[in-house]
Amino acid sequence: MSDNHSVIGRSVPRIDGPEKVTGAAKYTGDLKFPNMLYGKILTSPHAHARILSIDTSEAERLPGVKAVITHKDVPTLKYGLSPARWDESIFCSDKVRFVGDKVAAVACLDEDTCYKALKLIKVEYEVLPAALDFLHAMDEGQPQVHEEYARNINTEIHQEFGDVEKALAEAHHVRTDTFVGQRTYQSPIEPHSAISMWDAEKLTIYSSTQSPHYFQHYIAREFDMPMGDVRIIKPYLGGGFGGKLEPTGLEFAGAVLAKLTGRPVRTFYDRAEMFAHNRGRHAQYMEITTGVDKNGKILAAKANFLMDGGAYTSLGIASAYYAGALLPLTYEFDNYQFDMFRVYTNLPACGAQRGHGAPQPKYAFESHLDNVAADLGIDPMDIRIINARRPNTVTPNDFRVNSCKIKECLERVRVMSDWDEKKKNLPLGRGIGVATGSFVTGAGYPIYRTDLPHAAAFIKVCEDGTAATLYTGSVDIGQGSDTVLCQMAAEAMGYRYEQMKIVAADTEITPLDFGAYASRQTYMSGAAVKQAGEEVKRQILEMASVMLGLPADDLECDDGQIFSKSRNVKSLSFEEVARKHFVLRGPLLGRGSYTPPKLGGSFKGAAVGTSPAYSFGAQVGEVAIDEETGEITVVGIWDVHDCGKVINPRLLHGQVHGALYMGMGEAVWEEVLFDDKGRIKNAELANYRLLTAVDMPPITSEVVDSYEPSGPWGVKEVGEGATNPTLGMFSNAIFDAMGVRVNSLPLSYEKVWRALKEKREREEIAKREDAQRGLAPQVPVPLETVPLESEEPVYANPS
Amino acid sequence: MAQAITDKDGVKRYLITLNVNGDAHTILVKGNAILTNVLRDQLDLTGTKKGCELGDCGSCTVLLDGKPVDSCLVLAVEADGRQITTIEGVMENGRLDAIQQSMINHAAVQCGYCTPGMVLSAKALLTRNPHPNEQEVREAISGNLCRCTGYVHIVEAVLATAQGRVTPDDH
Repeated sequence: MSDNHSVIGRSVPRIDGPEKVTGAAKYTGDLKFPNMLYGKILTSPHAHARILSIDTSEAERLPGVKAVITHKDVPTLKYGLSPARWDESIFCSDKVRFVGDKVAAVACLDEDTCYKALKLIKVEYEVLPAALDFLHAMDEGQPQVHEEYARNINTEIHQEFGDVEKALAEAHHVRTDTFVGQRTYQSPIEPHSAISMWDAEKLTIYSSTQSPHYFQHYIAREFDMPMGDVRIIKPYLGGGFGGKLEPTGLEFAGAVLAKLTGRPVRTFYDRAEMFAHNRGRHAQYMEITTGVDKNGKILAAKANFLMDGGAYTSLGIASAYYAGALLPLTYEFDNYQFDMFRVYTNLPACGAQRGHGAPQPKYAFESHLDNVAADLGIDPMDIRIINARRPNTVTPNDFRVNSCKIKECLERVRVMSDWDEKKKNLPLGRGIGVATGSFVTGAGYPIYRTDLPHAAAFIKVCEDGTAATLYTGSVDIGQGSDTVLCQMAAEAMGYRYEQMKIVAADTEITPLDFGAYASRQTYMSGAAVKQAGEEVKRQILEMASVMLGLPADDLECDDGQIFSKSRNVKSLSFEEVARKHFVLRGPLLGRGSYTPPKLGGSFKGAAVGTSPAYSFGAQVGEVAIDEETGEITVVGIWDVHDCGKVINPRLLHGQVHGALYMGMGEAVWEEVLFDDKGRIKNAELANYRLLTAVDMPPITSEVVDSYEPSGPWGVKEVGEGATNPTLGMFSNAIFDAMGVRVNSLPLSYEKVWRALKEKREREEIAKREDAQRGLAPQVPVPLETVPLESEEPVYANPS
Repeated sequence: MAQAITDKDGVKRYLITLNVNGDAHTILVKGNAILTNVLRDQLDLTGTKKGCELGDCGSCTVLLDGKPVDSCLVLAVEADGRQITTIEGVMENGRLDAIQQSMINHAAVQCGYCTPGMVLSAKALLTRNPHPNEQEVREAISGNLCRCTGYVHIVEAVLATAQGRVTPDDH
């Protein structure tokens, strides 16, 4: 594996940098078309209600209103993202299932008229009791969200690998802990929007989408059209984080409004509507049991989870499987049991948020592992190193792990963070915690069943060779894939990054790619791009061979120069060879595609979590806690990742920072709160508590030297992996600082304060009892976890 | 006070002049029109982004007489006759401003949606305080939310600009 690269491995500036810093970059909501109308969707004010009647006549009479549509005007085919449960309709016809469910839509001359028109649509509801608490959604007598899903069970998973009961029976120590994770929301800064227009039977939609291909597939399906008649164009995207992976009412209703009016229609969500559409992180109840030997080696683990799906499935079946599937990655053990119920509630639907399914289970497992370490008197760093996965191993659920340097990550972060010194000497109120994470490098299987390749790419070299354009269906949602893929294309071609252009993504122009999710693009899109680049290079060398009269296999092309490997002859420039190729042989094109190998086992759900490669990482965080207020100050965070060959170091560390930022918010501050009617109480960025620049601690991010043999140039995942350790790392740092464990997310100041107060009360009682027994009071109080019951319920907060 | 014109339905509009990036635009706006929408929809200056319309995210930051403001919290009529700088007015003579170049060099841009507001807040800071320390930088951009970067590279980019450490390609 030569590290002799001209283009990859360098922090070249982003290809979209100049456009983005000057405001020239156009996002979907910045686009305007002649004769364009504005569209808005009317949503339900009730969490659960029967629709008795809808009267649109007054809205239709308002000047400036061009169309009003309800369920009568749209296809009734149910849609969703996980094909096993298509359960969502463009508009509700019988009942609404959450505050924000779609009821009708309008197209008007301007935005103001839209809001007026929505107010004039009269919907008569019969309000029904709502299932708002996911912990009780399966109970007898609970309201049914969907009649066809008894006890509100959306997904049920029972998997066992090895012999868990036997291993637990033989274990030196067995412990069970329970944790609760909260609902969070991706909160990209760019709101969702779409512009739909028709040309006869062809539908074109500009959309802020993470996957033009899935949009094209699902929109064609919904309207019973050939895929070739649906064109999805992705302008610049202002963040996604999983929230823009599936078509919304904006695309479906917008397409119908555009068809009816014969005009382009721009539909959009405002911030509150984004929160209501949601598809954010599921709230989860997580019970974890492990058995360990006397050295802390994990012998078996049991995960028993319950997940709040909200009113629809979205990608939630995958989320449910991921929650358990990714748990056995960072530590090696043979016996594993995973049980899960994903339940429907009358709340917005949850889906895939950065780290899909994994961060909360990781929080539970990493917190639990520290409790186990404390029980046995083992250093938290040591118990992780003892259990760390080795390369070229297979998880109990049949995931093959090639490269894996989790042990090196832990050892490095131990040094970087000055772990051993701090562990000994930090005073009460200061604490340090560690946690690990791992994530897929692209999903082994597509979201819907198809044998199409996962990625494809073209490269077109300009006729005079002065530029080359990469055509890809992949999506730069901010992570920098346009830049990284252009680096990879230039490297494979022997060309210069500075001369690369990119077109991404437009389903009519760019070849298939499944898009930005599951941290797949550098690896999978990159594999297709590398192949395309190599095809260009092969043709360039063949042409140069003719021009120089030397065998092609004696020639090399690097940094835009073609030269002989053995002879001292004049080199040719890429430009002159490319031009000659165009004159003599026609357009100079390269093509590539990528399909993963068959992966995973044969049990039910075996596909979810499969991936050709897995990233690994370890984080340490140091916190200071104000005992009076519970306020948490983050002193520093150290992250070390094993993410294979690094294509662009600056962009890579930017991904770690961003993933960590999201994890940090979820750990302590962020939470979507509902009132007792199922209405979101904090559907704004300030009250949702997105962290600002002053909230962020110093972050040190490093990578270990790593090479993934299956990936192009040895690359693997980075974009989501760094979210996975963060929640557990905070939990452990707080535990270390105060000796109390907060068992639910977010680990808010209030919960920490409450836990400290209860700890003091327990100590007072112990002291009094000791005094009564005439004992010396300096007997240490055993570390105890705070019982779950002592905390405020996560949801029912009827203020 | 701007001249008001009432249409046949009784809706009042105001004739105002916005001085944007050195160009004077005389336009008619409703009394409740926010500056963000007027810049974007009437003047086609879409570099000013809309993220929340509540003053939370800062994507719509513009300089009003040199001071950074959330343009979604400013009525267009309030900006009548005043000097507005949007992101489109930061480049001079076709050259990137040092803060823009620094944002590129430090990979301080990811999705780019917060970037225009971030650039303007940073520029305003460096104008009033050419040598800020890290805390002052963080405070100056604390009204601009970024969901991508954790602010790490943004803070580095602003500090590098303040310290004169910006070259066209110092990556």
